[in-house]
Amino acid sequence: MANSAFKHIIQIKDLDIGYKTKSKTYRVSEGINLNLNKGELIAIVGANGIGKSTLLRTLATIQDPLKGTILLNDKPVQSYTASELAKTMSLVLTEQLMSKNLTVFELIALGRQPYTNWIGSLSEDDIDIIENALQQTNLTDLSKRKCYELSDGQLQKVMIARSLAQNTDLIILDEPTTHLDMYHKAYILKLLQRITQTTNKTILFSSHEIDLAIQLCDTMVVMTEDAVVTNTPCKLIEAGVFEQLFPKDLIAFDQNTGRFIVKK
Amino acid sequence: MKFKSTYTLLILSIVLFLCLILNISLGSVSIPLNDVFLSVFGNSDNDSWQYIIRHYRLPKAFTALIVGSGLGISGLLMQTLFRNPLAGPFVLGISSGASLGVALVILGSGIFGGTLASLLISKWSLVIAASLGSFLVLLAVLLVSSKVRDTMAILIIGLMFGSITAAVVSVLSYFSSAEQLQQYIFWGFGSLGNLTWNEVVILFCIYLFGIVITISSLKALDTFLLGENYAKSLGLNVKQSRMMIIIATSLLAGTITAFAGPIAFIGLAIPHMARQLFNTSSHKVLLPIVFLLGAIIMLLCDCVAQLPTSDYTLPINAITSLIGAPVVVWLLVRQRKMVF
Repeated sequence: MANSAFKHIIQIKDLDIGYKTKSKTYRVSEGINLNLNKGELIAIVGANGIGKSTLLRTLATIQDPLKGTILLNDKPVQSYTASELAKTMSLVLTEQLMSKNLTVFELIALGRQPYTNWIGSLSEDDIDIIENALQQTNLTDLSKRKCYELSDGQLQKVMIARSLAQNTDLIILDEPTTHLDMYHKAYILKLLQRITQTTNKTILFSSHEIDLAIQLCDTMVVMTEDAVVTNTPCKLIEAGVFEQLFPKDLIAFDQNTGRFIVKK
Repeated sequence: MKFKSTYTLLILSIVLFLCLILNISLGSVSIPLNDVFLSVFGNSDNDSWQYIIRHYRLPKAFTALIVGSGLGISGLLMQTLFRNPLAGPFVLGISSGASLGVALVILGSGIFGGTLASLLISKWSLVIAASLGSFLVLLAVLLVSSKVRDTMAILIIGLMFGSITAAVVSVLSYFSSAEQLQQYIFWGFGSLGNLTWNEVVILFCIYLFGIVITISSLKALDTFLLGENYAKSLGLNVKQSRMMIIIATSLLAGTITAFAGPIAFIGLAIPHMARQLFNTSSHKVLLPIVFLLGAIIMLLCDCVAQLPTSDYTLPINAITSLIGAPVVVWLLVRQRKMVF
């Protein structure tokens, strides 16, 4: 037991997620049980509206769970203080930045906030960590550019660099590859894979790029109407899980190539 | 980068100092520059000049400095908090609250009538009424903001308070005499010159308190540039920081309005000028620049408002807009792009 606890960064038990208003509760997904291993690249896939973002937002404590427990490093995520949580988990969300009038360096430097003093001045160590994050994401040349001058792909890299600078065990990304072309989708996911392999961080992201995720991820979480299944991509293919992802009238999953094909 | 901004700050500080001297040396009575210095730092031979400088022009210059920088800073706070380039220090309904308080005293006095009325309309009663009015609106906004999660909702609630007070003021105006209306309108022109040293000291103490809260919120303000969810993920207590920023704004804008009347435009425009001129959104850089720019512009506006060597003083509220608005338009046209 102690051994398995050591292995898992996230343990989810009997989790119901959704939205609560005064009169009504909208349950997006219920009875989720998951154990996610440390140091892996993990993708959450599923159809639109199945609850991927809701699950990630619940993990990130942006919204409260309706029922059940989430353990982050063996401790209930709700019992973390804001600053403890900021040192354990960092986020890359789909929402637009409010201000893009910051340089790449300044934006990444904001990732050091949980560690800096009351006025937020950067120490030598902080600057080293930021430089390192710039290098890992290949952004060193852009560090003095303003964020509004960047392409979507570059901006996404900056946000990933910011979460690296936050130096957390877990990085959660909500659909990091939307709006990107095919090359940059692969580039970003490959970057995430390299980060997990070189730094022992765990990266959890939601995505619609099922074929890319199958090729790159250590583990995949597949959300369907009936169940949430977790396993390595190969085992999931063998078990025929991907066939159940979508209605069967338009596309079919090809087990040999690991991708979806449009029916003729 | 660091060198450049220190350099800019130095130049702006010198400009501010020059503006202070210019402001003190101009007025309806012309006093030679030499005697201006003597009156401030030592003893001038001319007693009446010394009196004018020490008891009229100096407090007015300091008031202008506090008003300009205070309104500029509270505008910066509101624009960041509400993620809205149109926000100013008065979006929370602070000036509406103050107007309501003053309107009740000036216009309402006719309704409550009699000898009480003439007692009520002293300067202090206006200051107290304005403070009370903005304080009550602030209290309502704070209560609401502790319940509401969405910052945009607070903005709209502030605007609603504004509409309600405007409505009450117009009902009161309908029942008021021409003389009372004139008095109320005069308050609305704003004025920097009516303060004694005692009042300047009170204003300064509250102002200082607001600035201290602002400085302690600098880190949070930068984090807010990412949006609230990111701010939370960086370990920021969003509700508490939001509350501190609202309190700082209310202290600054509320007291300034109470003492100097509702002064338009400065709060909205100065942060934009700072961002346009120095092309940054980092609050550590913006705060001192907004402080200096606000004070400089306010002192210049005041110089223009007194129409040098004449006896007339134009409404400061009109001058700030007349001078400030074209400057912002010019900056935006020159840059062809709004940075926020």
